[in-house]
Amino acid sequence: MASKDSVAGTIKVALILCVVCSVFISSAAVILKPFQVANKLLDRNKNILSAAGMFDPALNSNAEVDELFARFTIQVVELDSGEILGAERLAELGIDPATYDERSVFSDTQFSDVLGEDEDIADLKRRVRFSTVYTLPTEDGAVETIVIPVSGYGLWGTMYGYLALDGDGNTVNGIGFYEHKETPGLGGEINNPRWKSLWPGKKVYDEQGEVALNVVKGTGEGDFEIDGLSGASLTSRGVDNMIAFWLGPNGFGPFLTKLKEG
Amino acid sequence: MATDTKTLLFKPVVAENPITLQILGICSALAVTTSLRVTIVMCIALTVVTAFSNFFISMVRNYMPSSIRIIIQMAIISALVIAVDQLLQAFAYEVSKQLSVFVGLIITNCIVMGRAEAFAMKNPPVPSFMDGIGNGLGYSSVLLILATVRELFGSGSLFGIEIFPLVSNGGWYQGNGLMLLAPSAFFIIGFLIWIVRTKRVDQVEKNEFHIAPHTTREVVH
Repeated sequence: MASKDSVAGTIKVALILCVVCSVFISSAAVILKPFQVANKLLDRNKNILSAAGMFDPALNSNAEVDELFARFTIQVVELDSGEILGAERLAELGIDPATYDERSVFSDTQFSDVLGEDEDIADLKRRVRFSTVYTLPTEDGAVETIVIPVSGYGLWGTMYGYLALDGDGNTVNGIGFYEHKETPGLGGEINNPRWKSLWPGKKVYDEQGEVALNVVKGTGEGDFEIDGLSGASLTSRGVDNMIAFWLGPNGFGPFLTKLKEG
Repeated sequence: MATDTKTLLFKPVVAENPITLQILGICSALAVTTSLRVTIVMCIALTVVTAFSNFFISMVRNYMPSSIRIIIQMAIISALVIAVDQLLQAFAYEVSKQLSVFVGLIITNCIVMGRAEAFAMKNPPVPSFMDGIGNGLGYSSVLLILATVRELFGSGSLFGIEIFPLVSNGGWYQGNGLMLLAPSAFFIIGFLIWIVRTKRVDQVEKNEFHIAPHTTREVVH
């Protein structure tokens, strides 16, 4: 047998080590995968419910998430036309609404486009062509709540969240961010329940159908103004841009217009 | 070298603390100590990784070709860290999201590598395992102090439970924003080192060089 310090010995040890480590890591990954997928889904559903004001971690338990979320209808919308994709288009594109994730296809040229400079108000660089919307139907089939995924650049990074609108597609029902890099205590306050409670009841569109909802400095009076976060002007501006983009013509504007027309 | 279990476990807590004496592992100590809950998970993760990496490295220490010694240590540490990361994602998803990249960065944590090279390479597996736990405890004790101070004065809460009601929630306490940012951890670690070295003067390092006084020629120029 070659000594451990010879070239042959070194290569042998390195090979054994590689095999052992890779078997160990791949089995860990394979065994734990189902738990991780379930966690991701639970987390997403919880965020959607929180934005719609139906879930409060202090009051509800994780066990209720599935039951509450089951009431939502998951649909995929083509953003440019505002059309909800039918079963045929979905099959053609290979999208399963239940697991479709805008963020995982964000850089995929088949599913997303580069935004022009003048269109890119929320500083996102790209935009997906299709996005999920979660609608909560009332018992008689009308829409009670619509939850849409939104994102925009804040001070340090992109903020991701969900915006919930009432069935009229105009009144804000709630907002929630599940990922951001804003400064804790300043911009990080976008997730403060007190600040988020300023949102419900505000209106998005003015009489001309333009996005009029703004995050402003000052007290934020009336139907279209939300008091910005103090000490976080750039984050507030980021949220403002995010609203302008995702509810505007390049975001969910066409979809919401169609919804209002019935 | 003392190898009884008690010394191995508790010496690194104050007497040979990896953070305050050896100034290792500072990066994660700054990054993950804004809330206690996250900190505890990080401490457990690091302790587990240090203990098991010490254990496995010590087991194979006699078979390691010296030319690829460090690479073997890194591979073992990385495999363990990835496994811990996967476990957290599976069973503590919320916390793993907050820890994000810092679990992965345990790989480069100097404490793990330092103990592997300084202790596990020379000692049998069980004492090495204990040494890993001990150093994990040393790291954890400093991190827990940091997190307690930072969460209490930064967000007015401990474990997410409100202690001082914040002004932004209608209370009286104005959170100290500095505490939520990384530099505050530097200050607190600085104070800790100061306190420890006042009590234990033997930890004070000797000056490595003296600044020579000006000579007359230099003054003239």
